[in-house]
Amino acid sequence: MIKNSAAEMAQSLASGATTSVALTQAHLDRIADVDSKVRAFLHVDTEGALKQAADADAARARGEKLSPLAGVPLALKDVLVQKDVPTTCGSKILEGWRPPYDSTVVSKLKNAGVVILGKTNMDEFAMGSSTENSAYGPTHNPWDLTRIPGGSGGGSSAALAAFEAPLAIGTDTGGSIRQPAAVTGTVGVKPTYGGVSRYGLVAFSSSLDQAGPCARTVLDTALLHEVIAGHDPKDSTSINAPVPQVVAAAKSGDVKGMKIGVVKELNGDGYQSGVRQRFEESLELLAQAGAEIVEVSAPNFEYALAAYYLIAPSEASSNLARFDAMRYGLRVGDADGASAESVMNMTREVGFGREVKRRILLGTYALSSGYYDAYYGSAQKVRTLITQDFNNAFAKCDVMVSPTCPTTAFKIGEKTNDPLAMYLNDIATIPVNMAGIGGMSLPCGVAPEDGLPVGFQIMSPVMQDQRMYSVGAALEAALLSKWGAPLLSQAPSLGGAA
Amino acid sequence: MSSLSRDDVANLARLARIEMTDQELENLTTEFGVILNAVARVQEVATTDVPATSHPLALTNIFRTDVVIPSLTPEEALSGAPASEEQRFRVPQILGEEA
Repeated sequence: MIKNSAAEMAQSLASGATTSVALTQAHLDRIADVDSKVRAFLHVDTEGALKQAADADAARARGEKLSPLAGVPLALKDVLVQKDVPTTCGSKILEGWRPPYDSTVVSKLKNAGVVILGKTNMDEFAMGSSTENSAYGPTHNPWDLTRIPGGSGGGSSAALAAFEAPLAIGTDTGGSIRQPAAVTGTVGVKPTYGGVSRYGLVAFSSSLDQAGPCARTVLDTALLHEVIAGHDPKDSTSINAPVPQVVAAAKSGDVKGMKIGVVKELNGDGYQSGVRQRFEESLELLAQAGAEIVEVSAPNFEYALAAYYLIAPSEASSNLARFDAMRYGLRVGDADGASAESVMNMTREVGFGREVKRRILLGTYALSSGYYDAYYGSAQKVRTLITQDFNNAFAKCDVMVSPTCPTTAFKIGEKTNDPLAMYLNDIATIPVNMAGIGGMSLPCGVAPEDGLPVGFQIMSPVMQDQRMYSVGAALEAALLSKWGAPLLSQAPSLGGAA
Repeated sequence: MSSLSRDDVANLARLARIEMTDQELENLTTEFGVILNAVARVQEVATTDVPATSHPLALTNIFRTDVVIPSLTPEEALSGAPASEEQRFRVPQILGEEA
């Protein structure tokens, strides 16, 4: 039962073949069986999940009109607040904090009857590409437990790949939904910026952060997308327009006549050979499905990484000032006569990890008087150039595509002492965040040299998210008929009772 | 090229209110040399004729209607406080008084 898609689970619930309580219990059992190896969850809310499941079953028994995903379980990235459930953002500074309110994403999930199993591991405050920056230890990739599951949302993607949940929520500031999806053989979507409310999403880089849906199939991702998307007056950057029709697009998967632009600069040197091979094969499949493949150029993308590592730390240095040991979270050194400033200094020293401190200081420098124009100001100009590159390219194609990541999953510990090497994982995902457009990653095979999943990235213009779902569904269908079974059926069993 | 001294990094840590150890300052000074050289590349194309983009959406002055909606109770608002007193956050000494 747990290996089914969320859409299939929803169908079993609707037909009465199973109940949400049984489905939820099956996932809780799976978590108990395998999570000591995967470590996808920071907190499992057994009692709360079973209660939500019972509520969904009761509503169904009463004959209420239910949302398509009512009663289906989900894993929530620990950066979105859920009332009375611990939220840590992977940081010691928030250990034990129980938020007094629900984020809008959580309210929407609850209203739709989706069952929240628990909170998933992540790089501290979403800063990282491997979950190794979590203060609570790394998550392990279900494909190979010695490897990283991507980051920052590695817990959410690993939970999907390990069949601990059929649905998950991630957040994507520079690739934190798409890169974990790529390296775990799952699907992840960063919606258009403003497409999903950020209310109750603990801020890292406010002009880049976007919550989005994660699942094992394109249709499941679309179903979840429609549950969480939409205008929210509590988020002033939320777009007040109808949600793109992503479910219809995922169901049709029609790419006939669509122009698919291959980004010249996001391929070639620095990309693993198996990654390039699977990417090229996917292009052929899309051409066979009726799409026209064209080449597009984005000359300024090569500056995106540099600009990102100025803009995101700058915004983070400001956003993380709220962790001041006064209103919530950790407080250290509050002895008699200690000043507020010394308490703040000591708390932030103890509460923040290495990468978070590195980025706060980098951002403080980039914003400081005398250096602002050279660093933060220049990065903002690069952001304009990247957006122009996208606009020029989208004049020639309907969607743009590239490999999601230059490589497959690397070993835990391999890059922890080389921040720049770690940052390079995001080279193909960052441009999307800079321009605020939509991006999807879906599995397109395993690299022949290491047997690990490869991600295919699809990028669509602002509020045209349905386009990436059409292309994703077409590619997924073509690959499925080629393989005969979903890619995840090739992953190791983890020894659970599944 | 861009480089920062250990004292520069210590000053940034002070501004960011993080009390760092000597070892941390040492490590960051080395790492910043490498990172700043990499990110300084933005200056190659950031010419004066290029406008800056601070945000992906061109939004200004978004208001919502001025209606009273339920908000957190004092107990809820203070529920995560490290210390509280009389429905207020209790904070350490702020002004530099003589002990």
